[in-house]
Amino acid sequence: MFNYTLRRLLLAIPTLLFISLVIFLLLELSPGDPLSDMPLSIPPEVRQEMRIALGLGEAWYIRFYKWLYLFTIVEPSHVIAGFTGLDIAIEGQRILSWQTRSPVSDIIIQRMPQTLWVVGLAYLFGVLLAVPIGVYSAYRQYSWFDQTGSFISMVGFSLPTFFTGPLLILIFAVWLGWFPIIYDTTLNVTNWETFWKQVRQMAMPVFVLTLFNAAQISRYMRASMLDNMTQDYVRTARAKGMTERIVVLVHVLRNSLIPVVTVIALGIPTVFTGAIITEQIFRVNGLGQLLITAIYASDIPMVLTLSVVFAILIVLFNLIADLLYAILDPRIRYD
Amino acid sequence: MTAAPDMTAALPPESARDTPTNPATQRRKLVEVKNLKLYFPIFGGLLRRQVGDVKAVDDVSFDIYEGETLGIVGESGCGKSTCGRAVLRLYELTEGSVVIDGQDIATLSPEKLRLKRPSMQMVFQDPQASLNPRMTVASIIGEPLDEHTNWPRTKKLERIYELMDAVGLNRDYANRYPHAFSGGQRQRIGIARALALNPRFIVCDEPIAALDVSIQAQVVNLLEELQDQFGLTYMFISHDLSMVRHIADRVAVMYLGKLVELAPVSALYANPLHPYTEALLSAVPEPDPFAETRKERVVLKGDVPSPSNPPKGCNFCTRCPKVMEICREVEPAFREYAPGHFAACHLLEETGTAALNGGMRPEHNQTRIQQGEDA
Repeated sequence: MFNYTLRRLLLAIPTLLFISLVIFLLLELSPGDPLSDMPLSIPPEVRQEMRIALGLGEAWYIRFYKWLYLFTIVEPSHVIAGFTGLDIAIEGQRILSWQTRSPVSDIIIQRMPQTLWVVGLAYLFGVLLAVPIGVYSAYRQYSWFDQTGSFISMVGFSLPTFFTGPLLILIFAVWLGWFPIIYDTTLNVTNWETFWKQVRQMAMPVFVLTLFNAAQISRYMRASMLDNMTQDYVRTARAKGMTERIVVLVHVLRNSLIPVVTVIALGIPTVFTGAIITEQIFRVNGLGQLLITAIYASDIPMVLTLSVVFAILIVLFNLIADLLYAILDPRIRYD
Repeated sequence: MTAAPDMTAALPPESARDTPTNPATQRRKLVEVKNLKLYFPIFGGLLRRQVGDVKAVDDVSFDIYEGETLGIVGESGCGKSTCGRAVLRLYELTEGSVVIDGQDIATLSPEKLRLKRPSMQMVFQDPQASLNPRMTVASIIGEPLDEHTNWPRTKKLERIYELMDAVGLNRDYANRYPHAFSGGQRQRIGIARALALNPRFIVCDEPIAALDVSIQAQVVNLLEELQDQFGLTYMFISHDLSMVRHIADRVAVMYLGKLVELAPVSALYANPLHPYTEALLSAVPEPDPFAETRKERVVLKGDVPSPSNPPKGCNFCTRCPKVMEICREVEPAFREYAPGHFAACHLLEETGTAALNGGMRPEHNQTRIQQGEDA
């Protein structure tokens, strides 16, 4: 298992290099100019100098190499220094956002908590709700619980968040006035009152995303349970005279969790990438919103860095899912 | 596979084994099945209403005596396996009673039934699918002990090792998973699991059907040894007639959810009363090639009717070579024509016991086919 993990990690390096090159070239080919927001009165020579100041004067492969160096060596050193307080940060050039002229990694670290709180909590709630719902729906297939659950999950699955989001805002913020429309990032939780405020402003985006996540995962869970429920070994367990609780929770559930855990693990990177649409609707300034505004502003260093960070997370969680598979299913051996 | 006896020396003449041709009078009935019916509902139409039933087991009655092996034979789809599962109430019965050791399990509450389970066990057909792939051999065998005993860990482990020895599995394999074993070894795990709580009655649901022929013999011999050792009572479901002849004391023949004949093994194989049993027995391959070519084979025409829409009268009337007018109208009763020899056929009611006493079998007529032509 250790060797396998190591081999996969080594193989991930060329994969990620290739991914970042593709993203870089795509951005290179994309239309848009970082200076298009500047006043037209700026003389062309000055404009050219500004471009060179942004680092756009050199050939693409030199720029890619420089970005790669900064991304893999310099930025991590600053991030680690920031977290641990060690004096290892490498002085000099950083990857700068063209919008704010501040280092990209600093902005990402600032935006991370909002995304993790809102999207992460929604994912956690989604999983915690989906697993029991899926198990019970499958156990009592075609019961009213199952029918209602299937209906709701179908609705949650088919309605996009850009529909459910505004709908909730209309009902709970505009008509009923229970929750604020806009997420206030500057709010500091210091006492019960501000905590309650935080809960209230998180309620709607978390609900929208929980509904979507739970709908998706509960369908996987139910299907997987139904698959296993009719297996011969379940009949064996009943014939052994085991209680229904053990038959369902030990025999059926454990075997059913194998595919579901994979789905859950593969979904975790989406927590970090943030729910772009939901964050936009509720004005949560997390990573998803950061990405979308960077794209609007042709902020190439930001888009490139964020996309590659997401790519790393996806590759990493793919590996984690594969390893979980081996832990959960004794038939799978990697060495 | 240490305790795997060789099959080549097996198959003693059955007359040596079932000397008491009618064990009914002496021995105690352990299992009494009365009018067992198991229908699977068919739902159809727009509103998914029940439109009919698949009559998998339709009014079956038989007894199993303590310490004996009752073989159940029949072609696939005749309801053998369903009957075996119904006897242990792994399906909810539609009608009828199953009294095991004085207790009617058809009406027991789920909890009482669960507590009764240790005394009645099952060896399943597919040794791969019937073992939980995520449990080690030790936990598969030991799980019933966790549930039904409060023994300390060491005692449970001792019992697990004892069972593994009994079925001829190496103790070192205790922490392996089922996928790491061969088919025969997996079936041994299944048998060890069934034995864990000292059951008195075991339903063997085609325990050898999924196994290689050389392994089949090992498993059957193992089952016989265990029967002697622990005084077990078996209900042995199989479509392998020669294997049933080898292991069973009495044999019941099923066709389309009903019993057509039930007799001690020697009587059944020497003198089958029902035309279906005759046809079934004529299909058993003969090891001697000269005898095989001379053998007359009853070849049944057509397919088994659907169990959701069985024919009126006798279930076998659509394929019976000796069908009469009455067969298509009246269902024949399941009667005793000789001591311990039951059958359900109108032919017997006419010819009476003459056929039996004279040892004469009714002549085959137009369905006679020579093996050579058949091939």
